[in-house]
Amino acid sequence: MNTTLPPRLRLDRITKAFGGVHALTDLSLDVMPGQIIGLIGPNGAGKTTTFNVITGAYRASSGTVLLDGQAVTSEPPHKIARAGIMRTFQNIRLFSDMTVWEHLLVAQPHSGLAVRRLLPMRFSNRKTIERAEEVLEFFALGNVRNRPARTLPYGLQRRVEMARAVTARPRLLLLDEPVAGMNHDEAEAIRALVLRLRQGGLSILLIEHDMAFVMNLCDELYVLDFGILIAHGRPAEIRANPAVLDAYLGRAA
Amino acid sequence: MPGAGPGVPKTRSNATPTSPISFWDAFVLIQQLVNGLTLGAVYTLIALSFSLVMGVLGVLNLAIAELFMLGGYFGFAILLARLPLPVALVAGMAGAALVAAIVERIGYQPFRGAPVVTPMLSTLGFSIILQNVATNVWGSDPLQLSDEVLSGRFNIGPASISAIQLVVLSVTVLLVASLAFLVQQTSIGRALRAVAENRDVARLLGVPAGRITLIAFMLSGSLAGAAGVLIGVHYAAITPYIGVEVGLKAIAVMVIGGTTRIWGSLIAGPLIGIVEVMTVAYVGSQIRDFVVYGLMILILLLRPQGLLGSGRGDQSQRV
Repeated sequence: MNTTLPPRLRLDRITKAFGGVHALTDLSLDVMPGQIIGLIGPNGAGKTTTFNVITGAYRASSGTVLLDGQAVTSEPPHKIARAGIMRTFQNIRLFSDMTVWEHLLVAQPHSGLAVRRLLPMRFSNRKTIERAEEVLEFFALGNVRNRPARTLPYGLQRRVEMARAVTARPRLLLLDEPVAGMNHDEAEAIRALVLRLRQGGLSILLIEHDMAFVMNLCDELYVLDFGILIAHGRPAEIRANPAVLDAYLGRAA
Repeated sequence: MPGAGPGVPKTRSNATPTSPISFWDAFVLIQQLVNGLTLGAVYTLIALSFSLVMGVLGVLNLAIAELFMLGGYFGFAILLARLPLPVALVAGMAGAALVAAIVERIGYQPFRGAPVVTPMLSTLGFSIILQNVATNVWGSDPLQLSDEVLSGRFNIGPASISAIQLVVLSVTVLLVASLAFLVQQTSIGRALRAVAENRDVARLLGVPAGRITLIAFMLSGSLAGAAGVLIGVHYAAITPYIGVEVGLKAIAVMVIGGTTRIWGSLIAGPLIGIVEVMTVAYVGSQIRDFVVYGLMILILLLRPQGLLGSGRGDQSQRV
């Protein structure tokens, strides 16, 4: 990786405590531009908490979140989103009665005059609409564009959530279990989408329990256990790491 | 004034159960329907005002009753300065929206994390303060319009509709249509719906939920303000206490329509307006509130989610 660039995302010694319980302890993590990084670990390891800290939903107890070298740690969630960090959710959180098309508009920032916001859509920013069309095509959602989200099958809902997260042209995409509940073919389709998104310059940090998916897709993995980073390396290294095996299997035995 | 709906005659129809239905009876009935619709239109506007804040934030903004009253006074101030009615309407809406913004910043925003009863109590506090301010500024006696803003009646078949009633009805239709358009078709409306359904997710998508909340309060305030101007010119009089009774009835309208679906008010508003006017005309004003609130309880017993409520609760689109 090019070492002259600042990392797209850097977590610098992040600690998050709820009362006396440490959900995350001194977590440091880098995502370089164009990388796909996996965040894995047993249930309750602090993976989703990490996402919540990055997006500003939780305020870190200590440590810094840097996006392209800029600290965003104390910004409110909507500013962090506008700065270029978008996410999807482990349990899909679409707006149930909004159409697919509306999901692609609602996530985009509104540029230009405030008065525009009161005008019907065809008068709103042409770039907004062009971008929504582009994303609709990229995710092959054209034939369901006017369907309310709640009427879509599960797999499509996942795709709409990814599409919604991508429309605002984020610099970093956080995917929370993107292939949970999917069969092999569906997971393969998502893998192809993620790779294409990376080609478009997006950096991706993802949480996933499907080991085959993670090992095939990610450049590097970070392994959390009880909020502590226990391993970091390429998939092959992680597979052979005794501490990781212990975290996953040791307690189960 | 709080005793009767607008335009309701104080005498009862002479019809007895045994006499055949005369032309006069039909005339009175249609006339009462028009009067009921006019009153219902005002209820609808205020109920939508309540619903907007309720839908986006899940909070009952009790100050809306007084925003309605203040809107009426702002409109009267303009009319008394001999400016035309449209200016008064705009002034009533803008003034009420401004006060709504103050209520949001002081009475809601600081208590956002608190249990819902806290912001509700603080808006109740605002409500009482605003009523007090109005009493001190304009006095507790009714403020009268010296001459009619609009005179004239139009005959539609056997019934007649006054110019004022026509204004009340058409302005209401216009405002409801504008609100529907705003909510469904514009980017502000989309942001409102997003925040209404899931504030946290909306923020994570970059929607500035705080600003959207303020806009919801102001939109809501402007509807209440418009209703105040309309009912003020309809009665040609206004008092600082008009908000209490009308506001409570508008809450009933919202609940009957279904708090999870704001458009339920479009059915419930005219329904309550007509029931109220009919009760006064054919039975007597002494049981008016008994009938109106009795109907509310009856409807809620049969359909706890309201007429249009979906029963899916928080999962459904509320705005």
